[in-house]
Amino acid sequence: MKHHAISVQDLNLYYGDKHALKDIKIDIEEKSVTALIGPSGCGKSTFLRTLNRMNDLISGVKISGVINVHDQNIYDNEVEVEMLRKQIGMVFQAPNPFPKSIYDNVAYGPRIHGMRNKNELDQIVEKSLRGAALWDEVKDRLKDRATGLSGGQQQRLCIARALAVEPEILLMDEPTSALDPISTAKIEELVQELKQNYTIVIVTHNMQQAARISDKTAFFLNGDLIEYNDTDTLFSNPEDQKTEDYITGRFG
Amino acid sequence: MATQDTFEGKNTSSLSDESAFQKGSARVTYRRFKNKSAHALFLGATLIGVVILAILLYDIFQRGLPYLNSDFIQNFASRRPSQAGIQAALWGSIWVIAVTAPLTFVIGVASAIYLEEYSQKGFLYRFIQLSIGNLAGVPSIVFGMLGLTIFVRQLALGRSVLAGALTMTLLILPIVIVSAREAIASVPNALRHASLAMGATRWQTIRQVVLPYSLPGILTGTILALSRAIGETAPLIMVGAVTYVAFNPTSLMDEFTVLPIQIYNWMGQPKEEFQYLAAAGIIVLLAILLSMNAIAIYLRNKFQR
Ligand SMILES: Nc1ncnc2c1ncn2[C@@H]1O[C@H](COP(=O)(O)OP(=O)(O)OP(=O)(O)O)[C@@H](O)[C@H]1O
Ligand SMILES: [Mg+2]
Repeated sequence: MKHHAISVQDLNLYYGDKHALKDIKIDIEEKSVTALIGPSGCGKSTFLRTLNRMNDLISGVKISGVINVHDQNIYDNEVEVEMLRKQIGMVFQAPNPFPKSIYDNVAYGPRIHGMRNKNELDQIVEKSLRGAALWDEVKDRLKDRATGLSGGQQQRLCIARALAVEPEILLMDEPTSALDPISTAKIEELVQELKQNYTIVIVTHNMQQAARISDKTAFFLNGDLIEYNDTDTLFSNPEDQKTEDYITGRFG
Repeated sequence: MATQDTFEGKNTSSLSDESAFQKGSARVTYRRFKNKSAHALFLGATLIGVVILAILLYDIFQRGLPYLNSDFIQNFASRRPSQAGIQAALWGSIWVIAVTAPLTFVIGVASAIYLEEYSQKGFLYRFIQLSIGNLAGVPSIVFGMLGLTIFVRQLALGRSVLAGALTMTLLILPIVIVSAREAIASVPNALRHASLAMGATRWQTIRQVVLPYSLPGILTGTILALSRAIGETAPLIMVGAVTYVAFNPTSLMDEFTVLPIQIYNWMGQPKEEFQYLAAAGIIVLLAILLSMNAIAIYLRNKFQR
């Protein structure tokens, strides 16, 4: 039985009057891949952003409930959001490298957390780029601008950048939706390797992808968590009629 | 598919109809005539500006160039045209800009950062934004009166470089804030989010991501605003820049004059030779303005992504 990396209870979220997440209760397992699926607008991204408190940036958001990470409610007042986000990294839908060199992109996180030692930074940059399966492609041009990489390379760079601050949990919001099939395959492969060391929560619109890479899958609909189960079970033998309708393509 | 078929059908039928390509069809001739007249009209409108500028430059250079020599740059104001020069005015302008530039840059960028990065985008934000936009359009003489009341009289700074520079700062601050805000707002949110999601603070994000990205735009806006300040006359006359100064400022509290005021003063002199000196002064002023604009363009191109 694996430990729970994240434990969510009675989570409700409102954008102004809009009730976007309704009484969410979910335990996310450590060192595994959890996929979030559901039709557009059902609240997958919103839920993902509650986990590293990126919703704090949106004005008019009201959140209630408890999200425990290491038995600490991340919405408690004494939680420092900077330290939380160091522990819970995020990769976005569209690759968003900084207009800096490849090296400076990866070194960005360690630097803002106070690392100055050149040797240590070199090591972290190499380790993170290897971790994101990008090292061999860029090792001879670390000083080049990151914006000159291909879309797939940029996305792996963003993963390397997130790994460089050594998070425990990695949140990914449709990380392959802007990529071609080959880059997508690379990133799926990468996710499989990363779960040895990281807890991964990934939003995807692609049900084959969810079935291929995830251990558990959560199905959202209109802000409700409809069903949460082992991926194999959820896809082969869904409990809820709505889940079945969705995964068989009857709506959404 | 059906529409494409009919389209192709039309096409082939008009191909076989040879007259469609022959000159002389009355309607086509008329349309081409209208097109040509429009072309000529717009070309003419553009030429008016170019021709006037050319005449102006020719006139100024023809009158001023013979007087533009090292004596003219090094001499102070004088009642005798042969001994008059712009040294005091040149240094006065340099002093004023040297104080105005860092002040507007620091205050302007700080305000822009506050408005774009920290403030809630509510009623107050929109009110401040609107007010600053309006201030940028207020005539410069009004800022002169403000400077006279506040700096010269209330703060008792007198007719000093400092009073002049502070007035200039007020004058161009709204322009600097507006352009800095635009530059900062053009930074993609995705970059801010990337930084914040790694645990950076707001300030780290501003320092490491937002400012480097928007600096070329901010610098361009600041330089263009400063070049406006260099050419301004009215507000400095109000705060008492003097027209006859025979020394360079040595401190912030000294009396001073600036290039445009010196030029204005010479233009009003009865002796004809002073007019030529004024033309020479204009050439110097134009050279300064053009090089500042060139720097702004250079910065924009150098950092353009
Ligand atoms: N900043 C916001 N302000 C107001 N409403 C929002 C905001 N962001 C999302 N919403 C609303 O909350 C609901 C959930 O949005 P969310 O982006 O989480 O959906 P999603 O499942 O990620 O959809 P998609 O698959 O299209 O990305 C939607 O109805 C959306 O309109
Ligand atoms: Mg989404």
